[in-house]
Amino acid sequence: MIGLAQVYLLAGLAFAAFALLSARDDTNPRRWINTAFWGLLALSMLAGDRLGDLGNGVLVLALVGLAARGLERGAQGSDAEARRAEAARHGNRLFLLALVIPLVALGGTLGFKHWPGLVDPKQVTLVSLSLGVVLALAIGMAWLRPRPTEPLEEGRRLMDAVGWAAILPQMLASLGAVFALAGVGEVVGQLASAFIPEGSRFGAVLAYGLGMALFTMVMGNAFAAFPVMAAAIGLPLLIHQYHGDPAVVAAIGMLAGFCGTLMTPMAANFNVVPAALLDLADRNAVVKAQVPTALPLLAVNIALIWFLAFP
Amino acid sequence: MNLWVLSGIAVMVGGFVWRLNPLVVVAGAALATGLAAGMDPLAILAAFGKAFNDTRYVSVIWIVLPVIGLMERHGLQERARALVAGMKGATLPRLLTGYLLLRQITAALGLTSIAGPAQTVRPLLAPMAEVAAAPRDQAEANKVKALAAATDNVGLFFGEDIFIAIGSILLMKGFLEQQGIELAPFDLSVWAIPTALAAFAIHSLRLWLFARRRG
Repeated sequence: MIGLAQVYLLAGLAFAAFALLSARDDTNPRRWINTAFWGLLALSMLAGDRLGDLGNGVLVLALVGLAARGLERGAQGSDAEARRAEAARHGNRLFLLALVIPLVALGGTLGFKHWPGLVDPKQVTLVSLSLGVVLALAIGMAWLRPRPTEPLEEGRRLMDAVGWAAILPQMLASLGAVFALAGVGEVVGQLASAFIPEGSRFGAVLAYGLGMALFTMVMGNAFAAFPVMAAAIGLPLLIHQYHGDPAVVAAIGMLAGFCGTLMTPMAANFNVVPAALLDLADRNAVVKAQVPTALPLLAVNIALIWFLAFP
Repeated sequence: MNLWVLSGIAVMVGGFVWRLNPLVVVAGAALATGLAAGMDPLAILAAFGKAFNDTRYVSVIWIVLPVIGLMERHGLQERARALVAGMKGATLPRLLTGYLLLRQITAALGLTSIAGPAQTVRPLLAPMAEVAAAPRDQAEANKVKALAAATDNVGLFFGEDIFIAIGSILLMKGFLEQQGIELAPFDLSVWAIPTALAAFAIHSLRLWLFARRRG
């Protein structure tokens, strides 16, 4: 059955190629740091399951050490004149190529359901995304006829632009696991419920909504905040004591958490990675662009819980 | 209540304030919280390593880069710019509001991974937004690009929960079930609609105000 193993193999090969091309790039003064960083990530993808927990821990420490030394951007890109000529030559058909990955991801997600046993049903989206990448590359190679190494060379260029931020989302997810082991959630929940004035329904709604947003900002993830805040305030106070509608309390509480996601660099894949991908000097530029939407929307969510959960 | 386990959160905040490398800060936060919970350093390292290995799927998205890079090398960004430049009346608020609506609707249908910072914002939306806005300097261009990335996030976050089979809906259903409250995913997802409408209204108003302020 096709599942994560094949997806990780593909990702491992891609990172290995980025490592090799970094090693070859002598315009980059720190090319060996880049090579080691992408190489270790390739090792993690290809052989992570055989390294053992401690081995993986050491691998993470090495990645962190390399990031602290500082990665450097390697050789950057083609000249604008050539790209404009290419754009004029290929025209709007370029957009069709851009649609291959999303269309295959969509078609696979829906279609593989009808082929039970072919693709692991839990990983169908990742498998379809990978398939889309392979297909788009095949079509692109046949149509645009680039040098064989060109896609990987361009991929290495974009990867360098992202830099160490590439693994920040995975690091934060792992930190969440350690926090869970240490019981951070329970402590935060107890603290939050201690702040609510006795008998105040509005106080409880406010603490629940703000708590969801704030704890999401700290953890970078509303999924981590929801069980904590729901167990500390949502369930005992809003649902049991004040008889709020559980569906409203849960659903809109989660969305209050999403407002927190918009306001924190800890949600690295949404907020920091795009800033790196777009070459923004300020790593927090995307967060800053989102705060003026997130704050009024948080107020709306708190009001919605207040009005809809207690009819 | 062992308040010391919160030391990891303090490390995160401190590291952010002092602008240390976030990867170092995350490792430090795991160490601080683990030690406070009475774990020994090797156990913390093993726990972190295991979690890192279990969450590798988070970093798989980077396999799209060779495709994006290939398309960019052959003029995708230039083509996206030309497309917007050729459209009459393609203003920044119209472009981004249209994208916001499209992103919310597709996410509500469960199509969350058809767009994103690597898939659509960098190669398509950001260059289109830049042309539509005609920024006067680099600082303004950066603001427009950040706004394009922000629009993608707002559309995703406040569309996806309308879909019944998305992770957060299943998480809520599972949590409530453990507490003895049985709900169908649909009961939850329908309550995402009021917030989705509010998000669209607030963010498109901001886009319009952004364009008006620039005159």
